[in-house]
Amino acid sequence: MKSKTADRIATGVFVAIAIIIISILVGLFSYILVNGFKHISWEFLTTPSSNIRAGGGIRDQLFNSFYILLITMIIAIPLGVGGGIYMAEYAKPGKITDIIRSCIEVLASLPSIVIGMFGLLMFVNITGWGYTIIGGALALTVFNLPVIVRVSEDSIRNVPRDLKEASLALGITHWHTIKTVLLPSAFPSILTGIILAAGRVFGEAAALLFTAGLSTPRLDYANWNPFSDQSPLNIFRPAETLAVHIWSVNTQGLIPDVEAVSNGSAAVLVISVLLFNLLARWIGRIITKKMTAN
Amino acid sequence: MRGKVLVILCAVIMISATISITIFLGSKGLQSFIKNGVSLIEFITSTHWNPTNKANPEYGALPFIFGSFAVTLLSALVAAPLGIGGAIFMTEIAPSWGRKILQPVIELLVGIPSVVYGFIGLTVLVPFIREHVGGLGFSLLSGTIVLSIMILPTITTIATDAMSSLPKSLREGSYALGATRWQTIRKVLIPAALPSLMTAIVLGMSRAFGEALAVQMVIGNVRNLPSSILDASATLTTIITLNMGHTTYGSVENNTLWSMGFILLVMSFAFILLIRYLSSRRKL
Repeated sequence: MKSKTADRIATGVFVAIAIIIISILVGLFSYILVNGFKHISWEFLTTPSSNIRAGGGIRDQLFNSFYILLITMIIAIPLGVGGGIYMAEYAKPGKITDIIRSCIEVLASLPSIVIGMFGLLMFVNITGWGYTIIGGALALTVFNLPVIVRVSEDSIRNVPRDLKEASLALGITHWHTIKTVLLPSAFPSILTGIILAAGRVFGEAAALLFTAGLSTPRLDYANWNPFSDQSPLNIFRPAETLAVHIWSVNTQGLIPDVEAVSNGSAAVLVISVLLFNLLARWIGRIITKKMTAN
Repeated sequence: MRGKVLVILCAVIMISATISITIFLGSKGLQSFIKNGVSLIEFITSTHWNPTNKANPEYGALPFIFGSFAVTLLSALVAAPLGIGGAIFMTEIAPSWGRKILQPVIELLVGIPSVVYGFIGLTVLVPFIREHVGGLGFSLLSGTIVLSIMILPTITTIATDAMSSLPKSLREGSYALGATRWQTIRKVLIPAALPSLMTAIVLGMSRAFGEALAVQMVIGNVRNLPSSILDASATLTTIITLNMGHTTYGSVENNTLWSMGFILLVMSFAFILLIRYLSSRRKL
């Protein structure tokens, strides 16, 4: 009887733990969304932020977040998928592969602030660029690369062997097989992984503090010349992202409506990440459906 | 052929990124000891941090090193039982519906950016602790709670993988001997999965050790050694975050921040080695 009672108590404890975890999430989300929705308006999303007065929006920060994400992905996707192909198809078991694997592991486990410091040294001071979008994007690339490499490697390895062998048996070269057989079949899971990684990049702040900076110059959205200082497209300008904005208004801000601005920004941030997640699942499902139906 | 060159180039970039991070941060981090003559012993054992005092600057980083280890260990103490418990709930107690509910919950928790955790900590947790527990609210305790929630998904995910990869025969054998579910979990499954569960905890700790902004927003950032869990404190990451921007590049104070960054780097290598050691001990 005694062991039965213990079993029941233990079951109760595990159920309680599950309930605690779920209520943490529900609590966090309802707090973010309930408090945030009050402040999200078209005006909030389209007015520039203010350093001193209340009523500032997040126009530039929102644009910067997406723009840095885009630049990061333009750099990181080819490198990461390339690295994944190498690990899955070319790397022979041995010392060099072990070293590369350790490098991926190290890069993946580095704290983002350390990557930010490396970025500060490398892309801000040594290059002499100062705080720039490209510096931030390169730092985020370092932070993001191992994730994309792993996802691509796993996805390519999961492609059924028959497909690859059939292609090679037809006399098609290895590289051509990778291009026309392996990559297309691995595409859905690579894409899902990349979108999830994008969500992480979108919310990252510590690596950007010292690389993309805490300020944004006055932007003129009609100016599309990427070399002009006022152009939003200029990659050699400082850019404060949404996540960095939340941090900076809370720790060094002077505006009186800190809570309103951060509540609104936090909600926009979380909703964006949520959308990235949903998008990843949705695209993954649609593509798998299409591919298996054919 | 062209393709092969391209993909090998990617691999080379990854190796050189890792090596250059280590070399650059290493040489920059050692400068305060080599060039500026800060004593390494003082740096890691003294509790007096006073770099702006012109006549007699002091560079004792022990309070921050202590703070980093304290929040890391405490948050692991909180998050490990919750995470492993959640994993056991998903794999042993309610494998069908429990997993369907808890899995997305964990994935959503991962998706919340760290500044948002920090901000909620600052606006909800800090006032709550100030009013109901005591102290200023900005404390080791706040940092610990925020970090525990942040590393919970890491621990849960890996622990779940570890538990569900245990062979079915273990469970069946134990049940066949008449053991209850709890006895099976405690005497058979947890010991069998122990190295992987430890890996989960270490990975969580390595995340906690390196987390910067969320902790910085709630921990108070003082330069004294905390005497209780309700005291404000500081960690290596929070001091770097706060001071990197407004110290002159190349100054002694700035260089000591790089030394702290170097400690973070060394610790993340240490965590990797620990994980390697644990996975070499995996029995199943």
